[in-house]
Amino acid sequence: MKHNDPKLLLQSAPLLRQELTTPGAMKEVWLALLPTTLASLWFFGLSALLLIVVSIAGAVLTEWLFTDKDKRRMAIGDSSAGLTGLLLALTLPPGLPLWMAFLGAVVSIGLGKVIWGGLGANIFNPALLGRAFLLGTFPIAMTTWGSPSGLGDFFHLQSSNLAWPFMHGQIDALSAATPLGLMKFQQQTTAISSLFIGNTAGSLGETSAFLLLLGGMYLLIRRSIDWRIPTAIFLTAAIFSLAMFINDADKYPSPIVTLFSGGLLLGAFFMATDPVTSPLTPKGCWIFGIGVGFLVVLIRLFGGLPEGMLYAVLLMNAATPLIDRYTQPRIFGRK
Amino acid sequence: MFNLFSLGQSFAHGVHPPHHKEQTEDLPIQRVPFVNRYVMPLGQHIGIPAEAIVAVGDSVLRGQLIASSNGFISTALHSPVTGKVTDIGMHRYVDGSFKMAIEITADPYATQQFSASANASVKAVEQMSIDEFIIAVQQSGIVGMGGAAFPSHVKYAIPEGQQITDLLINGAECEPYLTNDHRLMVERPEAVLRGCEILRKQLGAKRVAIGVERNKPESITELQKHLAIDMPIDIVPLEVKYPQGAEKMLIKSIYNKELAVGKLPRDLGIAVNNIGTIVALADYFDQGMPLIERIVTLAGPGIKEPANLIVPLGTPIRDVLDFAGGLSEHTREVIMGGPMMGSPVADLDAPILKGTSGILAFTEQETARPQEYPCIRCARCLDACPYFLNPSRLALLGKARLFSQMQSDYHVMDCVECGACTYACPSNIPIVQHIRAAKDNLRNLASPDVEKKK
Ligand code: SF4
Ligand code: SF4
Repeated sequence: MKHNDPKLLLQSAPLLRQELTTPGAMKEVWLALLPTTLASLWFFGLSALLLIVVSIAGAVLTEWLFTDKDKRRMAIGDSSAGLTGLLLALTLPPGLPLWMAFLGAVVSIGLGKVIWGGLGANIFNPALLGRAFLLGTFPIAMTTWGSPSGLGDFFHLQSSNLAWPFMHGQIDALSAATPLGLMKFQQQTTAISSLFIGNTAGSLGETSAFLLLLGGMYLLIRRSIDWRIPTAIFLTAAIFSLAMFINDADKYPSPIVTLFSGGLLLGAFFMATDPVTSPLTPKGCWIFGIGVGFLVVLIRLFGGLPEGMLYAVLLMNAATPLIDRYTQPRIFGRK
Repeated sequence: MFNLFSLGQSFAHGVHPPHHKEQTEDLPIQRVPFVNRYVMPLGQHIGIPAEAIVAVGDSVLRGQLIASSNGFISTALHSPVTGKVTDIGMHRYVDGSFKMAIEITADPYATQQFSASANASVKAVEQMSIDEFIIAVQQSGIVGMGGAAFPSHVKYAIPEGQQITDLLINGAECEPYLTNDHRLMVERPEAVLRGCEILRKQLGAKRVAIGVERNKPESITELQKHLAIDMPIDIVPLEVKYPQGAEKMLIKSIYNKELAVGKLPRDLGIAVNNIGTIVALADYFDQGMPLIERIVTLAGPGIKEPANLIVPLGTPIRDVLDFAGGLSEHTREVIMGGPMMGSPVADLDAPILKGTSGILAFTEQETARPQEYPCIRCARCLDACPYFLNPSRLALLGKARLFSQMQSDYHVMDCVECGACTYACPSNIPIVQHIRAAKDNLRNLASPDVEKKK
């Protein structure tokens, strides 16, 4: 035998791989969130910037601390922890004390992800779990919404941001109500154009419907997210709220307001579509989306909270293993 | 039957790997020169290995029978060259193992002209009964040339009570890089059509459909050009999608029929054959030439001079590569067959086989595997699987070695190992490797020896 052959590998087929990698898929989501993130800086200035930085830092640090040494580089490298941090920050009110945001991010990753076994193994959306924790622990701080300030005021920091941990921070006097809060508690509607552009009170990332739609469309076009989930959420929420709106237009918001307010878009495009915590099967995705759309309107209109996306998604996350089990596709050539 | 304005007929799911056929699709078929040494493994087809009927020291003629079929699911071997039998023993096989083979050293003074008289003369195929035809095909050594190497005559033996109505010819050639079927359709369309007619008449089928992926327009036009008015043959353009050439997918694409698990195409009245097989049939029945050579595509980034070659069976891979300028220094892996389902070549001294459709060489760039990430449940593998299996769950259970659950809950045995799921996975999980391990394990469990031991 001649021995000048190259050393041949014996990797079994298929030899080819499509180009997208898991870290690449994460990057797509970062990119899709960019307009919304920039808008939050525009609307809420330095407060938004600090909240985002602190939340991402909390998430990445937790991931790093609790991951095995030899897996750390990979776990941080896929940027999913940072993404969770950003998503969490986008659901926070601009005046939230920074230390709460940090704690929320620690809980997101610690209890929402690492404890389940890391990327891919968790049942609940980590960012939403962190937000649920914050909402339960600091209900007042989490529901106090500052009005957007605009770029002119970039360096105006909401004083409550800098509250010391566990001290009774004074709540910003200039608090405003979110469009859904106005509707629910004061029967006041917000102009659709404000919802669309985003100069309303609300969490960092939920205000501009237009930019969220832009990001969502990008992910859909790139096929980064399953199209069935947002479609099912929008259709169900629209139909359900339309039925209620026809019933009593003074008491209930129109379907447009329903879709464009209160984080529904943020949740539908970026939280509910998280592949890890949504069903694998096509039929399952429909059921999941319909469930979220139905629950969100139900909670908003009949529950004690003005918003419903958080619990709607978390509840459907819990149902996902079951949905997957009962919606296995029919195998080719089998009954 | 088909719509000219559509993308071409197709099945559901599947993937779209870049087809890379531009490297060789316009290269005419060339003949490689004869070399010194040939190795013919006795078990290079599916089924029982052939039985050697020559002895060391015997002189053999090109095309002479050297091993006969050993049972019905078995086939014959013929000498690819005129020369002398120099060994009957264990020789290197592609996977690196040793297999029983006949080694023939070429006679440097022979003309290597093939003459039909080397074989018992073949009776005109038109006069043959179906039983004679089946025996003749078995004696010709012809097997499925797409890669599976299943003895063809077995497919033509239709049980009592069944009738073949449709003959389906697989010209999809859905594996990237390979263009050997394409070149046959372009350069020898009459042989393709002649083979179709021989087989159609023998099987008593009413119609023939030749499925060709739309990335081979030249094949389609050449076939259409040579189609005689009295041939009930349809050329059906198919969508370019992997695995379009998988038997069940092809039946779905062309007849929109779903072959049930455990059934054979003939249960639907369909017989499926590959382009290479059909041309081999034509050559055998018209020229008396048994299966002693085949077309092999040499391609891939590691091949210096890509080509489509007529190679005598048993030629060492090394010699074929040398003819094509050898391997580039960046070559890391050599594959026999296509990049999606082929097998890695462990030793370049192993011979070209009846089922060798291509020899592909890949460099660092294609073989380097990025880090494996955990499954993010993105469902891309589900969307890729033409059988609608759940590769994500299968890989997860496979990793946990829960083999029996893979079968009871997710029907792992229905997987045809096409690799589409693995191609599509962004986390670079070796899904099909987990599946193969599980299938091997389950087969061993089901085998009788294990049961006896209990
Ligand atoms: S290898 Fe098996 S599981 Fe994967 S796509 Fe092909 S048939 Fe489906
Ligand atoms: S393609 Fe890979 S990462 Fe996506 S669900 Fe399938 S196995 Fe998991």
